[in-house]
Amino acid sequence: MTAIAAEYPRARRASLMRNRRWALVTSYFFLILFAIFFLTPPYYMIVTSLKSDAEVAHLATNPWIIANGITLEQYRLLFAESDFLIYFKNTVIVTLCVVAITMVVSILAAFSLSRMRFWGSGILATGIFLTYLIPDTLLFIPLFQIVRGLGLLNSYWSMVLVYPTLTVPFCTWIMIGYFQSIPKELDEAALIDGAGHIQMLLKIFIPVALPGIIAATIFAFTVSWAAFVYPIAFLFSADQQVLTVGTVTSLIKADVYKWGMLMAGALVAAAPPLVIYAFLMDYYIAGLTAGATKG
Amino acid sequence: MVDIARQYPGQLAKPAIRSHAGLRRLVRRRSTIGFLMCLPLLVIVAGLIIYPALYSIYLAMLNKAQTRFVGLGNFSYLLSRDTFWMVIEQSAIFALSAVFFKALIGLVTAHLVNNLPSKGQRKWRGMLLVPWVIPLALSTLGWWWLFDPTHSAFNWIIKGFGGAEIPWLSDPYWARLSVILVNVWYGAPFFLIMYLAALKSVPEQLYEAAAIDGANAWQRFVHITLPMMRNIIAITVLFSLIVTFANFDIVQIMTAGGPRNMTHVFATYAFLLGIRSGDLPLGAAVSLFMFPILAVSAVFILRGVRKRAREIG
Repeated sequence: MTAIAAEYPRARRASLMRNRRWALVTSYFFLILFAIFFLTPPYYMIVTSLKSDAEVAHLATNPWIIANGITLEQYRLLFAESDFLIYFKNTVIVTLCVVAITMVVSILAAFSLSRMRFWGSGILATGIFLTYLIPDTLLFIPLFQIVRGLGLLNSYWSMVLVYPTLTVPFCTWIMIGYFQSIPKELDEAALIDGAGHIQMLLKIFIPVALPGIIAATIFAFTVSWAAFVYPIAFLFSADQQVLTVGTVTSLIKADVYKWGMLMAGALVAAAPPLVIYAFLMDYYIAGLTAGATKG
Repeated sequence: MVDIARQYPGQLAKPAIRSHAGLRRLVRRRSTIGFLMCLPLLVIVAGLIIYPALYSIYLAMLNKAQTRFVGLGNFSYLLSRDTFWMVIEQSAIFALSAVFFKALIGLVTAHLVNNLPSKGQRKWRGMLLVPWVIPLALSTLGWWWLFDPTHSAFNWIIKGFGGAEIPWLSDPYWARLSVILVNVWYGAPFFLIMYLAALKSVPEQLYEAAAIDGANAWQRFVHITLPMMRNIIAITVLFSLIVTFANFDIVQIMTAGGPRNMTHVFATYAFLLGIRSGDLPLGAAVSLFMFPILAVSAVFILRGVRKRAREIG
């Protein structure tokens, strides 16, 4: 009797463990399938970029592997014989300016909206969220007319002007969330100590909300780096072009698709956001999902 | 305030008045500073979002040379064209099916990652996020190369199994499928991270209680996970619906609307008419057709966000 009683829970525990292991194995199995689906294009891009033109064009060999040896020729061509570096430089200038503008504007606005009430501030906070929902594909035609009117058509400075429409609303929204989570007692303590508003922002809010600032900065960076609609509509000469449009349209010359070089260009262009994510992914995800899980 | 105090010196206690006036000034100053700090934001939002949005309504009512007011002429012209109805149809198919599969794959992968021991979760999450991290225009270029008519690496595998080559981008229906596939590939990781964060916010005790009551995995999912995540799923789906409806990169790069205009969505058609053909008013009219669906989604998102905020307190 006692033997059975002792045996029973052990058997049950064993079956539970077997269940759990089974669940884990199926999870890994399907995750590997999804990982293959998600990673196939980047893998194939890397493989193509490391092949010679002859192997890329050759139809009989397996396209998924590098059969005739790895070569960096495509990368050399990309840097030496295309306008890629010009696009890269333009993109860096535009992105740095946009990130700086975005962070200054959205931190100031978020500080004010989360702490200083003024007439219409409540509506403004909601309104900013709504403007974030207006997509660039709805705005690019009127903005084309406006940019043309300002004489900025075909100049990458027009990107510095229009990209903040993509970044400022959401960054302000993220920062409002972070600033609101700072306890009011901290401001009161600062006020009693005689700190002004600017000091309060610089000495308390910015250091305390640093994770949020990092998340918003990454967002602004990725969006400006990846923007495609505005540059394809407003820029048309190579010396003004940015990476996304430059790689996709201008590297293709006279209908000759140099796929190896194109893939090399796409990979180099995608590298900065990938590197940033590799190091700061946790901050970014926390910033993005804060709204979803907290409210 | 000071004047009043001077007029009635006997009736009101002086110190109280002074502090009252000082407080008022402080509030006034504080709200002025607050407004000034918001000013750059207001300039950007009003000048580069609100004004262009309203201006595009006016622009859409002009003729091609922008010399004459034509009222709703551009809209009725578009609605009389079969091509435009095809654009509406394809935009709806593209957005609805892509969002459905993104949500489904996101939900499944979020559960799978959540099942893993917590040490390995970060690595898997990072790996599954890669599509979402690469700028869309650049990864679409990679997909385009995978779909290349003569060199398609997919077709190489299919041929290896003895199948017939698939005309990925040259047959209209395959092309429609291809652009949706790329959109699902790009967008599913966003759902994954939103759901994963939501899954982590469900209190563990609920599952323990259900397990004690003898609920199996499916029952726990239907009766605990889904109700707890309903609001986040709704917000994410509506948000993705807006972004997908407005998508431009994938179709523009892979097919530019072809073959036979069958893969055009609102954004690429607006680009073709407005920028490529130089008819800005007609292009503005096309992109304005996106507005109703965006407005409806926005209202629901806002309601969801507010409800969520109230629930949390």
